Amino acid sequence: MTEIGTPILELLGVNKSFGPVHVLHDVDFRVYPGKVTALVGDNGAGKSTLIKCVTGIYPTDSGDFHFEGKPISVKGPKDAAALGIEVVYQDLALCDNLDIVQNMFLGREQKRSGFLDERTMERKARETLASLSVRTVKSVRTPVSSLSGGQRQTVAIAKAVLWNSRVVMLDEPTAALGVAQTRQVLDLVRRLADQGLGVVLISHNMNDVLEVADRVCAMYLGRVAADAAISDLRPTDADQIIAELGAVGGAAEIKDRSRKRLVDLITSGRSGDIGLQAAEV
Amino acid sequence: MNTTESSGSTAASDFALDTQKQDLGSFVRNYAARLKGGELGLLPAMISIFVLGSLFTYATQSRSGKFFSLFNGANLVQQAAAVIMISVGVTFVLLLGEIDLAAGWTAGVTAGVLVTALRDGRPLIVAALMSFGAAMLLGLFTGYMVAKIGIPSFVVTLANFLIFQGILLLITGEGGTVQLSDKTVRAIMNKNMGVLGSWILAVLVIGTFVWSEFRKAQRDPAGYPLPVAVSKIIAVAIPVLGLTLIFSRNRAFSNSTVKLVGYPIVVPVVLAIVSVLTLLLTRTAYGRHLYATGGNTEAARRAGINVEMIRLSAFVMCALVAGFGGWLLASRSGSVDPQMGGNDTLLRAVGAAVIGGTSLFGGKGRLPNALLGGLALAMIENGLPLVGKAVPFGIFHVDFNKSGVKYMASGLILFLAASLDALSRKRKG
Repeated sequence: MTEIGTPILELLGVNKSFGPVHVLHDVDFRVYPGKVTALVGDNGAGKSTLIKCVTGIYPTDSGDFHFEGKPISVKGPKDAAALGIEVVYQDLALCDNLDIVQNMFLGREQKRSGFLDERTMERKARETLASLSVRTVKSVRTPVSSLSGGQRQTVAIAKAVLWNSRVVMLDEPTAALGVAQTRQVLDLVRRLADQGLGVVLISHNMNDVLEVADRVCAMYLGRVAADAAISDLRPTDADQIIAELGAVGGAAEIKDRSRKRLVDLITSGRSGDIGLQAAEV
Repeated sequence: MNTTESSGSTAASDFALDTQKQDLGSFVRNYAARLKGGELGLLPAMISIFVLGSLFTYATQSRSGKFFSLFNGANLVQQAAAVIMISVGVTFVLLLGEIDLAAGWTAGVTAGVLVTALRDGRPLIVAALMSFGAAMLLGLFTGYMVAKIGIPSFVVTLANFLIFQGILLLITGEGGTVQLSDKTVRAIMNKNMGVLGSWILAVLVIGTFVWSEFRKAQRDPAGYPLPVAVSKIIAVAIPVLGLTLIFSRNRAFSNSTVKLVGYPIVVPVVLAIVSVLTLLLTRTAYGRHLYATGGNTEAARRAGINVEMIRLSAFVMCALVAGFGGWLLASRSGSVDPQMGGNDTLLRAVGAAVIGGTSLFGGKGRLPNALLGGLALAMIENGLPLVGKAVPFGIFHVDFNKSGVKYMASGLILFLAASLDALSRKRKG
C-alpha cells in the first residue's frame, strides 16, 4: 500500500446493531484529503448505515471517530455539519418549487437586519458554481423544477461544498444519469478532490469507481473486506500482461481484471490475497 | 472550500441570464418565455377581473343598478374584504399542501368572542385580545393535531368544522344574534377615508412601489434596466390614481345628507396586512422555510428546518388572519349569528386563493394572488344580480339574480382557474 498521509476522517472499530441485527462489525473507515474514496458493497452490506453513523443520524454502539487526527464525537447532523462533513443524498433533497440560490442556502440563509440578503446569496451561489466549473446553468434564479438530472446533481453537490466543507459524501450520484451527464458529474467529483476535499463516493458502477476513485473501501456483510488503493487491485502480473497483449489491449485486460477483483470483493468478501479470511466470513 | 477566492473565475461560467444586459425588449421576451413555461403568476386573476368587469359593465349599462358605478365599486370592495382575509389565512396552509376546512368557522368564532366580550362591556382592546387569543388557540389545536399527532389536515379540520361551529353556536346561543355596537369595529367596513386620506394612501402606495422599483434598478442596472422599472411604475400608478380620483367623488344618493367619499377604511387595513404578511413570506427565513416545507418536506427537514414548528405556525397564522376576516364579517353586518363564517365562506376563500394561482399541492402561491382572486369572486357575487334577467346570445333566457346561477357561475370560474393551474403544471413537466 502506498503512503498517502494522514486521513482527514478516520473511524476505528465501529459497531452498530439494530436490535438483534448486527449491522456493522468493527468497521475501520478512512477518508483522505484530496482523494476520492469509493465505498462499495452489495445492497445490505452496510454502506448507508456507515454514512448515517458518520453524519450522526445513527448513534454508534462502539468505535472511535477522529477528525484531522483529533478524537471527536458526532452526536447529530449539526455536529457533522460543523466539522464540515456534508452528504449529498441519492434523492438529492432539493425543493422543486425553489430556485438554485434558495435551495443552496436552505436552512442557512444569509440575513441582513432580519431580512434575507438575496444579493449576497446570489453572488456566493454563482461563485461556488463557477469554482466547480459549472457552465450549463443559465441563471442561478432558475427554479430547480426546470433543471435536468445532471444539473440537479450539480446543484446538490454545490450546496454541499458551499460551506467550506472538508468531507463530501456522495450517495450514488450517477445512478439516474445519462452518459453525458454522468461524465459531467464524475468530472465534478474529481475536481472536488483536486481542491483538497476528502470525497466519499458510494456507487454500484464499477466503471465509475475505477475511473474516478483513488481508493476503495469494499464492504461485505457489515465488515470491511478491503480498504486499498485502486492501484492495489492491479493484477500482480500486470507487466507480463502488457508485454503479451501490447499497451492498449493490456490496459483493457488489466482494467477488466481489476473490475473482476472488485466484484469478487463485493460478492464474496475476498479476492486473491486481499479480503476477509475464510474464518471471518 | 473557500468561495471568495474563486470570485475571479465567475466570468468563466455561463450564467447567461444573470450577466446579460437586459433592455425592455429582452425583459418582455423573458417574461413571455416564463408564461409559456407555465409560470402564470398574477395573470389569470388579472385577466378574469378585467373580463368579468367588462362583461358586467356591458351587461348592466342599460340597467338602473350599474356594475360600473361609484357606489357599487365601494360595495364590491366591502363584499370582497372578508373573503380575501380568510383566503390570505388559508394560503398559509395551502402553501404547505394542507387544507383548513374550518377556517370560515374560525372567523365566526373569533367574531363571536369579539362581540360577546364587547356586549359584556369589556373595553375594545381586551375584547380584541380575547378574540385573537381564541383564534390562536383554535390554530394551535389544529396545528398540534396535524403536526405533532400526525392526523391529515383534511380530517382534523373536517372535525373542527363541526366543533368550531358548535363553539360559535354556544357563544351566540341557539338562533341568537349578538349585536355589535362598537363604533371602531363597525367603522372598518362602513366608514370611508375621505378625500385627503384616500390621496395620502394613493401616494403611499405609489411611493412605496417607486422606491422598491428604483432600488431594484439601482442594484442591478444590467439585469433590471430603468425603462422596465419606469414602465412598471406607470402601469401601477395610472390605475391607482384613477381609482383614487373616482373614489374621491361623493357616491351617496343625491337626497342623502351624509357624504360618502374616499376609500372604505377596510382598503388600507387589508392592504397593510397583506403587505406585511407578504414581506414575511418572501423576505424572511421563516417564509422561505414555509415554501420549502410545502415543496419538499424531507428536503426541508434535512436542511435542518423544524418542519413540525413550520406546520404548527402555519395553522396558527391561518387562524389569526382568518379571525380578522371574522372581524370584517361582524363589522359589515353589525352582528354575529350562528351561521357567520359558515355556508360557502370557506369554499369562496379557498376558491379565491386558487383563482389567484395558489396551488392546492403546496409550495406555490403568493398572498397578493388571494387578494385578486377574492376580488374576482366578489365580482361574480356582486355583478350577476345586477345583470338580472338577460338573454345571452339571443337564445337563452336566464335570470342571473337566482342564487343557483350565481353558485354555478362561481363554480365554473373555479374550474377555469384550477384547469389553468393543472395545465401550467403539465407544461412545466
